[in-house]
Amino acid sequence: MSGFVAGAPSSSEPLRRFFQVARGAGLRVSAAEGIDAARAVDLVGFDDRALLKDTLALILAKTPEEKDLYDEAFELYFKRDAFAGGAAAADDDEHAAGEAPARGAQAAGDGMGGQGGQSLGSLLESDDRAALAAEMEKAAREAGVENIRYFTQRNLYARRVLDRMGLRALERDMEAMRQTGAPENLGRAQLLEGKVEQLRDAVRDFVERALLLYAKGETEKFREELLKSTRLSNVERRDMERMRVLVRQMAKKLAARYAKTRRRRLRGQLDTRRTLRRNMGWGGVPFITVWKQKRIEKPRVMVLCDVSGSVAAMSGFLLMFLYALNEALSDIRSFAFAGSLIEVSDILEKQPVEQAIAKIMQTIGYGSSNYGNSFADFEDGWMQYVNNKTTVIILGDGRGNRTDPRTDVVARLSQRCKRIIWLNPEYRSAWGTGDSDMYRYAPFCNLVSVCNTLRQLERVITDILEDAA
Amino acid sequence: MNDVLPAAMVPLESIEAVDQGLGAAGYIASRQISTAIYLAHHLRKPILVEGPAGVGKTELAKSVATWMKLPLIRMQCYEGLDESKALYEWKYGKQLLYTQILKDKINSVIGDADTLAVALNKLHSFGDVFFSHQFLEPRPLLRALEQPGGAVLLIDEIDKSDQEFEAFLLEILSDYQVTIPELGTIGAVVPPIVLLTSNSTRDLGDALKRRCLHLHIGFPDEKLEARIIASRVPGIDGRLLRQLVSFVQQLRALDLKKVPSVSETIDWARVMVLLHAAVLEVDLVRDTLNVLLKFEADVEVANKQIAGLTHKARQDAGVPA
Repeated sequence: MSGFVAGAPSSSEPLRRFFQVARGAGLRVSAAEGIDAARAVDLVGFDDRALLKDTLALILAKTPEEKDLYDEAFELYFKRDAFAGGAAAADDDEHAAGEAPARGAQAAGDGMGGQGGQSLGSLLESDDRAALAAEMEKAAREAGVENIRYFTQRNLYARRVLDRMGLRALERDMEAMRQTGAPENLGRAQLLEGKVEQLRDAVRDFVERALLLYAKGETEKFREELLKSTRLSNVERRDMERMRVLVRQMAKKLAARYAKTRRRRLRGQLDTRRTLRRNMGWGGVPFITVWKQKRIEKPRVMVLCDVSGSVAAMSGFLLMFLYALNEALSDIRSFAFAGSLIEVSDILEKQPVEQAIAKIMQTIGYGSSNYGNSFADFEDGWMQYVNNKTTVIILGDGRGNRTDPRTDVVARLSQRCKRIIWLNPEYRSAWGTGDSDMYRYAPFCNLVSVCNTLRQLERVITDILEDAA
Repeated sequence: MNDVLPAAMVPLESIEAVDQGLGAAGYIASRQISTAIYLAHHLRKPILVEGPAGVGKTELAKSVATWMKLPLIRMQCYEGLDESKALYEWKYGKQLLYTQILKDKINSVIGDADTLAVALNKLHSFGDVFFSHQFLEPRPLLRALEQPGGAVLLIDEIDKSDQEFEAFLLEILSDYQVTIPELGTIGAVVPPIVLLTSNSTRDLGDALKRRCLHLHIGFPDEKLEARIIASRVPGIDGRLLRQLVSFVQQLRALDLKKVPSVSETIDWARVMVLLHAAVLEVDLVRDTLNVLLKFEADVEVANKQIAGLTHKARQDAGVPA
């Protein structure tokens, strides 16, 4: 056991930086958790790498997904082979993780001062890899490598680290050696030359790893924020995978909150029957009062999606969102329409949403839309299933290519169902222009809303779940 | 271990000791589990155990209790669980009964009082007789705090309870104390070892997670599973054991609705021992497959591949074809 005591700076410094890395990787490490982790590490020490990993995992990673992130961050951070190819590297790897910082602290005493070049030279000559690694750690800390954010900064930081290690002084010394012209000095300079080259490589590696460690989280977060407020029709193909993950995340969050039937208390209304029943035990004396409650049921949803060219991307995301939300909804039936309307619940239930959407698009999509015709189809086939508990969501731009809008069908629908929510990916200023019938449909909808980014989509769906009373 | 000391005082001096202790109680723990128990004890933090059903989450709590010779207090969570069932309840019946019995005595207490105010004052001087410890019915949480020698508190399936109840647990989890309005704050005599289990049917709140060590128990690997079965089903033949474990491990790789977990492997091993089986035969496996798989659709999926799986399992265990 190494002697790490509570509060010893040697143990808290590498940990603090690991927390920073972990946060970057997407783990939430609060101050309290940091303290707990430090206490735990004081208890188990840095010696046993596997043990250290288990210990920190118990405190920092709170879900299976976080465990994966944590594993990755841990491996990256506590990997300090520093001088790759070195004889001792593989075996000492585990020790280096713990000892390097400690040695760094010791080395601070004798490594500093004006003779940086000399000490670096002698270190290189003596081939003391562990000491070199420690020196590099220290120099990196002083150079503030953890502030690196962009890959263009790699050379800058590598240079700074090398300077702090005293490379400049060493180069001067080497120049002086060559000047003397003595064969032994020349030989020495040549030897050092090779070593310095290795050192450069090692530092460059090191800085690159730092970039991976410290900058990855920031960049990811930035991209995600950006994606959440990008118009869904503009999302590029290469970002699709990330969008899917985001949608799933959002849906999961909402599902966790609304998956249960909830009860809302009706203030001040006594439930006489249940109060009497509850107090039977003591002769009907009402010790405990029971108040009336209203059950908040999960919403039954019918979604009508326009899958014609103009709105297709948006429809895909809406369906993806709703199906990821499955557990928070009691029943969901989906319909897709362009020129005419079909039910697509089956396709969506049997296949993963992404494939299903592609299939739906093939069957019906990409045509020009005819809203009137599609609504008429809906009335013929499915109007009978709409009841006063159903929330109907219609997604479309309301552009029927100058065909009859059949607002009478929507009027009948609005009388039957609990409410109609119309999501339109177009900006409000475009409604009613050209062939847009949006303002003809609007009077029959309980809510008409612009919805073209993931963030807006989330907001609308939260509203639906929130007051599904 | 020193048996003279109260069990909670026994120092869990190292992770190896935890390993051995749990082993002696019949629980074969992975290194991570032992580490969790060790840390929980030293950091005084509860452990939140997550993982699929049947990997031994509840069993872990039982084994810790057996090993440390502490009482196990178990609280099963369900929707609608509230304070009165988890923490304490007043014994209304007893209170009523006592007021009836003591009715006669009331005259001797306030007999000479002239006004209502004086009588009330006199009554007040007796304090809250009816809201004292005698009339308190302790429920699991309070019971765990009141155990003189400490206890193992198992809060089972916390994900089944409501969010409000989760919030209510925070005080007990971080400070090992509860507040009863009529009596004040009651702290633990000896902080109990607290284990919470969850099947992840819903996400737990961050506040709760932050207060706990988070232990995820997955399916064990082949070696560990073999050790677990060997300890749970004594007298099982080594070769049969290897075949069973290999078979189940392969089964888990299939696309099943509910993959068999350790408890099912144990049951299956028991069945095999009862049937005096020495090697896995295809027919035997087919007849007993319902011990492992709980869905008709899963049985169908597995049935198609039984021959292959059995063959592979026998090969792994070195049984001649």
